[in-house]
Amino acid sequence: MARGPAYSRVLFDEPGPRGRARIRLYTVLGLAVLAALVGLALWQFARNGQLGRSRWLPFVQLSYLRFLGQGLVGTLVATAIAAVLSFPLGVLLALGRLSRARVLRWVSTAYIELFRGVPLLLLIYAFLLALPRFGINLPLLWKLVVPIVLVNTAVLAEIFRAGVNAVDRGQSEAAAALGLRDGQAMRLVVLPQAVRLVIPSLVTQLVALLKDSTLGYVVSYPELMKQGNNLTVYTHLLVQTYLIVALIYVVANIALSRLATYLERRLGTRVRRRATGPEEPDTGAPGRPEPVAAAPQTMT
Amino acid sequence: MDVVFDNIGYLLGGLLTTLELTVLGFAGALVLGTALAVCRVSPVPPLRVAGAVYVEVLRNMPLLSLLVLFVFGLPDVGLTFPLFASAAICMALFAAAFVCEAVRGGINAVPVGQAEAARALGFTFTQSLRHVILPPALRTMVQPLVNIFIGVALGSSLAAAVGVSELTNRTQVLNLQSAEAVVLFLVSGAIYLAIALLGGTAGGVLERRLSGRAR
Repeated sequence: MARGPAYSRVLFDEPGPRGRARIRLYTVLGLAVLAALVGLALWQFARNGQLGRSRWLPFVQLSYLRFLGQGLVGTLVATAIAAVLSFPLGVLLALGRLSRARVLRWVSTAYIELFRGVPLLLLIYAFLLALPRFGINLPLLWKLVVPIVLVNTAVLAEIFRAGVNAVDRGQSEAAAALGLRDGQAMRLVVLPQAVRLVIPSLVTQLVALLKDSTLGYVVSYPELMKQGNNLTVYTHLLVQTYLIVALIYVVANIALSRLATYLERRLGTRVRRRATGPEEPDTGAPGRPEPVAAAPQTMT
Repeated sequence: MDVVFDNIGYLLGGLLTTLELTVLGFAGALVLGTALAVCRVSPVPPLRVAGAVYVEVLRNMPLLSLLVLFVFGLPDVGLTFPLFASAAICMALFAAAFVCEAVRGGINAVPVGQAEAARALGFTFTQSLRHVILPPALRTMVQPLVNIFIGVALGSSLAAAVGVSELTNRTQVLNLQSAEAVVLFLVSGAIYLAIALLGGTAGGVLERRLSGRAR
């Protein structure tokens, strides 16, 4: 996207004197409205006695912090296990969907379409409430992680498939010309490049996994959301706890999103720099493909 | 299968609530998200910053965290809404951040030269918006918006976790009462799948319509 002023060049020209005056007016009005909103919120808190020191100070005590910290660890553990399991499974599923074997392709496609269209919570309830009757009674952590993996494998498969499709066709043709079999070409030539292309999207998907882990609240696995809930049982500091929990999630996810943007830019510029490097005169040959843009964050 | 037919009214009621949540949440998100996008592309700095902060925070907050904050936290500061309304508001607030980015992406995907050409030809702001910018921008927006719609439909199941009696919640309630658990989950899953697939198909049709009109 072209670098320019932060506002949309599509909609607005460089403002003239009258335009600038109007922008100043709206700036003042906007600031007033925003200040009024913040003031209203604070007033609402104060009016209900939620701004008192006793309502916020507990959260700087070590015991409270440790309690929420344990929750954060639980969140990270669930997220990490889900990631470690679903990333390779996603690759396999993507390969299945791209496979020449018709049955394999159909099964993979059906799996992907199915699990992208079913809410995670419904699956979690199935693992929590329905399957134990059939003797499938997983430990708490796995009642949370297995459904997350089932759903996210489908999402990740689509990301990997996009990556494979984004690798220049010439790469697999060259591999075939060198006498590599299809599987070898995929494993040795195409897939490594595809994975590199989708790294930013994979990091973005980590945000989705981290968000999904909040459903530990439902299965009573002690991740951050559940720990926050447990804390309120003792303290009755509901707004405060849930605001702080939300803040922790936002900070953690923004950090991950920033990492994705950073990787995207880094991988992107490295590709370009190499293409125009001094030892490599520009021969007009097509450069290496750009990394696949980070997929839009999934909801929930 | 009996458990499904015996409770068909109860399940359909849940489905109705799910659909209401989805439609209200998505409609609210369209309105709020468009307003946010207007803020984010405007040349007024505080509005731009406010829009950016809203999007950044809401996109990175888990929906469940927002729901719990809204339903269990806000009564402490004297804000109590009916449960269904809370869930619908949360869906709208949450999805608005994604709608904002879809709308902004659509507008920014229009080549600047086209807009400049329109202005050079003497089009007013509304005219260039209506005749030059919006037609291609809307086409670019359809696919992301369809994904958001499906996300809202599936995400509305999280309202079950805070006690809204929608499809997922009723499935789980019935499951506790009867032994035929798996059938219930299969039926509900199939319903959600149908909503997602129908949404995707409708989106495809809409996209084709929009690109047909532009030619």
